[in-house]
Amino acid sequence: MLARSPLVGPLVALLVAVVVFAVITDTFLRPTNLSLILQQSVVIGILAVAQTIVILTAGIDLSIGAVAVLGTIVLAKVGGEHGPLVAIVAAAAVLAVVGLVNGALVAWVHLPPFIVTLGVFTAMYAATQLYAGSQVYPVAKGPLTWLGTKLSFGGLTITTGVLAMLLLYLLAWYVLSHTAAGRHLYAVGGAPEAARLTGIRSGRVLVITYLVAGVVAVVAAWAALGRIPNADPNAYQNANLETITAVVIGGTSLFGGRGSVLGTLVGTLIVAVLRNGLTQAGVDNLYQNIATGALVIAAVALDQVSRRRVQT
Amino acid sequence: MLASRKTTPSRRIRALAAGTGVLALLGLAGCSSQPSGGSGDGASPGDAVKVGLITKTDTNPFFVRMRDAAKEAADAQGAELIALAGAFDGDNEGQVAAIENLVSQGVQGILITPNSSTGILQAIADARDAGVIVIALDTATDPEDAVDATFATDNHQAGVYQGAWVKAKLGDSEPVVAMLDGTPGGTVDTFRHDGFLEGMGLTESSPQIAAKENTNGDQTKAQTAMENILSAHADVNAVYTINEPAARGAFQAISDAGLADGVTIGSIDGSCAGVQAVADGQIGATVMQFPNEMAALGVKAVVKYAADGTKPTGFHDTGAQLITDQPVEGLDSQDSAWGLENCWG
Repeated sequence: MLARSPLVGPLVALLVAVVVFAVITDTFLRPTNLSLILQQSVVIGILAVAQTIVILTAGIDLSIGAVAVLGTIVLAKVGGEHGPLVAIVAAAAVLAVVGLVNGALVAWVHLPPFIVTLGVFTAMYAATQLYAGSQVYPVAKGPLTWLGTKLSFGGLTITTGVLAMLLLYLLAWYVLSHTAAGRHLYAVGGAPEAARLTGIRSGRVLVITYLVAGVVAVVAAWAALGRIPNADPNAYQNANLETITAVVIGGTSLFGGRGSVLGTLVGTLIVAVLRNGLTQAGVDNLYQNIATGALVIAAVALDQVSRRRVQT
Repeated sequence: MLASRKTTPSRRIRALAAGTGVLALLGLAGCSSQPSGGSGDGASPGDAVKVGLITKTDTNPFFVRMRDAAKEAADAQGAELIALAGAFDGDNEGQVAAIENLVSQGVQGILITPNSSTGILQAIADARDAGVIVIALDTATDPEDAVDATFATDNHQAGVYQGAWVKAKLGDSEPVVAMLDGTPGGTVDTFRHDGFLEGMGLTESSPQIAAKENTNGDQTKAQTAMENILSAHADVNAVYTINEPAARGAFQAISDAGLADGVTIGSIDGSCAGVQAVADGQIGATVMQFPNEMAALGVKAVVKYAADGTKPTGFHDTGAQLITDQPVEGLDSQDSAWGLENCWG
């Protein structure tokens, strides 16, 4: 029950938003516009997978956006000198190490995830600027921009990045809900004491979670180059907050152990639909932010209310 | 709340439905508050010319002024303005999404102040391929012909005015210069910086330059930077600032150090707060830009394109005016009273 019901709310919200925008604008439902919404969701959507698994362990990853930006610079710089394959391996290695550091500090030094990832965020942002020399690195069309390749299905044009995002969600959903590793992750976040008593090695689960989050960020970095073939150290400054927004709107509890990646996918789409739809309806950017903020608070309030009801 | 315990899902759905209802209202309110000449929601492309404007951020007064001016110009010509923005300086993704959304809405032209001179070229190219003209405002793209035309301040020239005035004001004394720059790598920053040095008759490696600091054009950061510079170089007598907030930060640090009489501060922008600081004697001179001019010319060009297919081309200098109450020989300037009448923000 608890595993399924959190998805209902976000789905209803998404449907209502789609219907409302379909009624009040005449451009929203066009296939080209719908495919745009998917394309615009890719980078944040992929990063939100990483954010979801971290939040499910009752953690939070404030560094994820900055880490992904570092990934884009590594891809672009190394790719320019040694080719795309080496670049992807190098970026995966660097980001896995960053994830490992996050995980080790949280799991083995027992520091609060908020503090650890805040520190890593600040340090990574600066390290990226240093490594990039505060410059923008253009990327030639090729394997590194492959996730931006456009595919047409009838009237709908989507990118390989959209497919990669959907595939990643499917994979994450399967691992989380149908494997022992997934159950362990839920247990560590939702009932740490019970997890310990049943012999789950919480520390190892946490470290692996943050490490996987780092590797997922590489995919996001790759997808980012597909969307904008320029690695810019100043980009994605709010990405960490946007992923948290998507996760929370998607019904995953900030207190860990409850929620699903499919909810996060819906949450990502809700934000993208709101932004696109409100734009089409002629609503000012700043009002869009107010709407998104209100939705975040509403989602957390709902989580709190249902949680309190479970406990009493 | 806790007294009645109904089944969780139905309650949650009801609450969410209420929430989305509010959002829907927000959407409708935004729609109806647009005074678009009588044409309702069913307006198809062709009814009114749609002009898109994408600024770097929503909150910088310079871009607020630009947006208001574009709105006025659009209203005057019966066009509809759709204004979007990035979330922060450097938000390429946000600007690309904005371009895509505007093309999807069927605008005839997009006016954009690009956050990155290179990061959004693909999206601009796609928009132009879709038959939309794209005009850069305030900041040029690299290469410049990635857009149809550019309406902007000649920032190099503006920097030269600032430098030339500071040099004249110093007279015979040997300059000891502190440079409060913006963000590393920005084209506007580089143009102004280089222009200032040219106006001063200096080069990047001149020994007269005591210190350079990045301030992101932020008053607080500029004040901290200036304090740090002064504690190492108390003999600074000339300050270059990337914009007026940086200049005000510099003045605060300088006057706190008791050095206000011996230091000449130059700036660029022409905001009302900046011109007021000139009138108050905090900033020696500023160079005014004309964001309203950029916006008005941009809207006009799009409307003309929609009417007869004429595309604007090349770089259009929207002008730069030196504002100071201490005019110097050989440099055209206006006083702060004129400045306060023509300022923005």
